[in-house]
Amino acid sequence: MRVKRKKGVAVPYLAWMIIFTALPLVLVIFFAFTNKDGGFTLDNLTGLGNYVSVFFLSLILAAIATVLCLVIAYPISFMLSRLRAGRQGILLMLVMLPMWMNFLLRTYAWMSLLEYNGLINRFLGIFGIGPFEMINTAGAVVLGMVYNYLPYMILPLYTAMVKISPSVIEAAEDLGAGFWSKLFRVILPLSKPGIQTGITMVFVPAISTFIISKMLSGGNIWLIGDLIESQFLGNAYNYNLGSAMSLVLMVVVLLIMSLTGGFDQEDIEGVI
Amino acid sequence: MVGKILKRVYVVLLFSFLYMPIAVLIAFSFNESKSRSNFTGFTLDWYAKLFRNEAVLSALLLSLVLALVAAAIATVLGTMAAVGISRMKRGPRTLIMNLSYIPIVNPEIITGVSLMLLFVVIKNLLGFLGPVADNIIGLPSLLIAHVTFNLPYVLFMVAPKLRAMDKNLYDAALDLGCNERQAFFKVVLPEIMPAVFSAFLICLTYSIDDFTISYFTAGNLQTLPIAIYSMTRKKVSPEINALSAIMFVAILAIILIANYREAAGERKKQKAAARARA
Repeated sequence: MRVKRKKGVAVPYLAWMIIFTALPLVLVIFFAFTNKDGGFTLDNLTGLGNYVSVFFLSLILAAIATVLCLVIAYPISFMLSRLRAGRQGILLMLVMLPMWMNFLLRTYAWMSLLEYNGLINRFLGIFGIGPFEMINTAGAVVLGMVYNYLPYMILPLYTAMVKISPSVIEAAEDLGAGFWSKLFRVILPLSKPGIQTGITMVFVPAISTFIISKMLSGGNIWLIGDLIESQFLGNAYNYNLGSAMSLVLMVVVLLIMSLTGGFDQEDIEGVI
Repeated sequence: MVGKILKRVYVVLLFSFLYMPIAVLIAFSFNESKSRSNFTGFTLDWYAKLFRNEAVLSALLLSLVLALVAAAIATVLGTMAAVGISRMKRGPRTLIMNLSYIPIVNPEIITGVSLMLLFVVIKNLLGFLGPVADNIIGLPSLLIAHVTFNLPYVLFMVAPKLRAMDKNLYDAALDLGCNERQAFFKVVLPEIMPAVFSAFLICLTYSIDDFTISYFTAGNLQTLPIAIYSMTRKKVSPEINALSAIMFVAILAIILIANYREAAGERKKQKAAARARA
């Protein structure tokens, strides 16, 4: 006889997720297509035409930050994956440690470093270089993105690379593969899942940030996130327009994820 | 040879990139003047000032209480859901799993504004209740938001543990005369407890660390990250540096203790295994 198993214990969770996750998203869509009186309108979406440049800039800065993260993270992830098991743990912890600091504080740290009279310019001054205008530039915003989200790239890359057996690489060497063909024909294809996850995990927060741009550009550079924030909590204060912007951001994110294949569950578990 | 040097340089540069900002932040918490680039002399004044800063202290208290309550609710509901879906057929299970991906995949700002919209709508719908409706945005909305973004992580951490568990254990407990409740609390729960506990800890850290979603759902309340944000917007004060230093040391201590305990547990296991072999 089969034991009857109750599934009802999942009901509170399901109800909670429907009310507080699905329903709010439905509201975003509803607000995006209505005006202040609740009547149907497309004005919010057509009105976004004024902000195309902001969307474009967000896309470009987030893309640059993602590529930089990939380039910076790739070698260290591979090195980590080749270390002895005990050392891997310690070094991985060292890479992840700054992540545990609140990201506002991490970004604040760069605010003071990048100042015109900040430490970096003073340091460069010793060698007679600079001073440079670094804070309040697009470069500062990209730097903030790279600094904050780099570990999101390292972790999935490392998780994928750890699974590459050393004998596979040895085999490639025995068969005469040089550095580049080893990289492009063996390691890169085998670490593809990690690259895909890493790109998603850096790009999504980077394109939707409003804090990094606010803190490191002093209001000079507006990203999608800043636009949305100003519609909900800032001076612009227009929930309908803000919802339309949020809707577009969601569509952009979904598009990117369908291009990169999103991330599979194993990777999410690895990140937790 | 050149490769080795390049490798060294890269590793050193990378780690200085990761740690230099934090090191500078902490160093300047001991700076006598407010300058962020001139070290003029050593002082502990900023720490003293921080501990008298009412706004920061009450924000810290709110963050801690909020994190504990939200993590507790999320852990209980999430664990229940994990048990429930382990008994479901593939179809409904996939549906719940996909629903759970939404808050993880969605940009935080979207989660934040969509919840804010929901609370505003609820507030307007309940407008006839007067002051009760006004109180929705504040502690209740903040708590609901935190439970919401924590819940999926609990499910994703506990569900695999349940899947790995021997299904016959539960049936055996029932055969041996447990009712369903007893079978759960005496057999299943002890088995998945490590995962449940780690899920609780993860929820705690996510709650304490969250800025974006809280920012849109807190109303006038200030959690610690929101207080930090408003500090960075106002005039420069090395109190922020002092706060950073304290938080970094606290995190370091927690991670070292967690690692040490894990290593100690590992050693114990190895010893037991060695004894079993002997």
